[in-house]
Amino acid sequence: MTTADPRRDRARFGRRRRWYSPEVPIVSPGFKGRRRRTDVSLPPGQYLTEDFPVLSAGPTPRIALDEWEFVITTETGERHRWTWSELMALPTETPTVDLHCVTKWSKLATTWEGVALDTLFRDVRSDAGYALVHSYGGYTTNLPLADLLDGQAWIAYGYDGGPLTPEHGGPARLLVPHLYLWKSAKWVRGIDLLTENRPGFWESAGYHDYGDPWREQRYQGD
Amino acid sequence: MARTAVPGRLSAGLTWRVCRLVEGRAETPTARTLVLDVPGWPGHLPGQHVDVRLTAEDGYTAQRSYSIANAVDGDRVELTVQRIPDGEVSEYLVDVYSVGDPIEIRGPVGGWFVWRPTDTDPVLLLAGGSGIVPLMAMVRSRRAAGNRAPFRLIYSVRTPDDVYYAEELRQRQRDDRGLDVSYVYTRAVPPGWSAPPRRIDTPTLNTAGWPPDFMPNCYVCGPTGFVETVSNILVGLGHDPRRVRTERFGPSG
Repeated sequence: MTTADPRRDRARFGRRRRWYSPEVPIVSPGFKGRRRRTDVSLPPGQYLTEDFPVLSAGPTPRIALDEWEFVITTETGERHRWTWSELMALPTETPTVDLHCVTKWSKLATTWEGVALDTLFRDVRSDAGYALVHSYGGYTTNLPLADLLDGQAWIAYGYDGGPLTPEHGGPARLLVPHLYLWKSAKWVRGIDLLTENRPGFWESAGYHDYGDPWREQRYQGD
Repeated sequence: MARTAVPGRLSAGLTWRVCRLVEGRAETPTARTLVLDVPGWPGHLPGQHVDVRLTAEDGYTAQRSYSIANAVDGDRVELTVQRIPDGEVSEYLVDVYSVGDPIEIRGPVGGWFVWRPTDTDPVLLLAGGSGIVPLMAMVRSRRAAGNRAPFRLIYSVRTPDDVYYAEELRQRQRDDRGLDVSYVYTRAVPPGWSAPPRRIDTPTLNTAGWPPDFMPNCYVCGPTGFVETVSNILVGLGHDPRRVRTERFGPSG
């Protein structure tokens, strides 16, 4: 797989790839489809939803705020820990971002409140290239550490002007909107920094290791 | 961690396959089972899904995911599609798609919400509405494999007319030894039913489910509200959260 800058790819091919598959098309007679709003560009294979569907693999964990903690552990075992009140004391950002779920729906211009991971990584010294994200309830997901930095990722605790509800990952979830939404781990509990890539929950079950919606990296081999 | 069914299947990636409709069966006025012939189908585990891609004459395409409804059966793959109002894909598949016409599918996908026909642990299946589809694949696969694992299915529907696979479930409850099926009606009950309509609740799971001590594997599938309610009750009753697997059906037009 080539690793051209995905954003450049997007600018060049985004519009065309939204509608047309590259191979000779297999036409289903009588299928017309509904052309959606044409003023927005969606990743290939996605459709717009106004709802906010829920996807998770098991029961929704309930975490008491006075027991909640978030821990970044480096490859040398150094721990950086925040309690709920310590997290709340950090500078807040309110990113408005598009969400793309591997189950095909996209939701545009969602507004969140949270702390940029750049803020949490400010005092972390590490040579690691990879991150494995852990959640309350046991869920894990992996991504390159670089994808958590430079204003690309947040620990979000607010959604659409209110607190983040448990079914959407509250009290706090990771938000990495440039990757498919399974990377935005709900009920986030910590991040381990690793010198080698280690696949997480869905990544070990046939889903793509990186998950760029604009390159339609849904499954292994995409 | 569970991997998907067929070794080597992912080594070349998941490819799109052209398949054709062999037969369509109406399950309810708004749901239709599609029997597809998929040449070279690699097999699947009950609970897995496929991605469906439709292409219009001008090249416009749309994709959706659908759970597989049948047990492994050669090149046959069955999907049951619920028509969603204004759903560009589901309306086509339920109302327009005709025998012999092509669509593209790829899969099977998903290695978590699956039941393996070699598993012998007790199983509790909890279906809300169209969430029955992957659970029906498990019921069918159990019988096809001659597996004797004790199964209980609790199926929540709005009205008796909304039951998918109604006649088959009646027969299986009679013939599939070790399978219990019970229903919860949320809006209208069948004639002679002793209780008024109600939603699934703790007493339902206490009487029609398995006790937590029995350590069943629980599979919960349906709309988000149903899945949240049921999985919270299961955990509250003492079921190990790691044995509760969920799959939510969002809007999928």
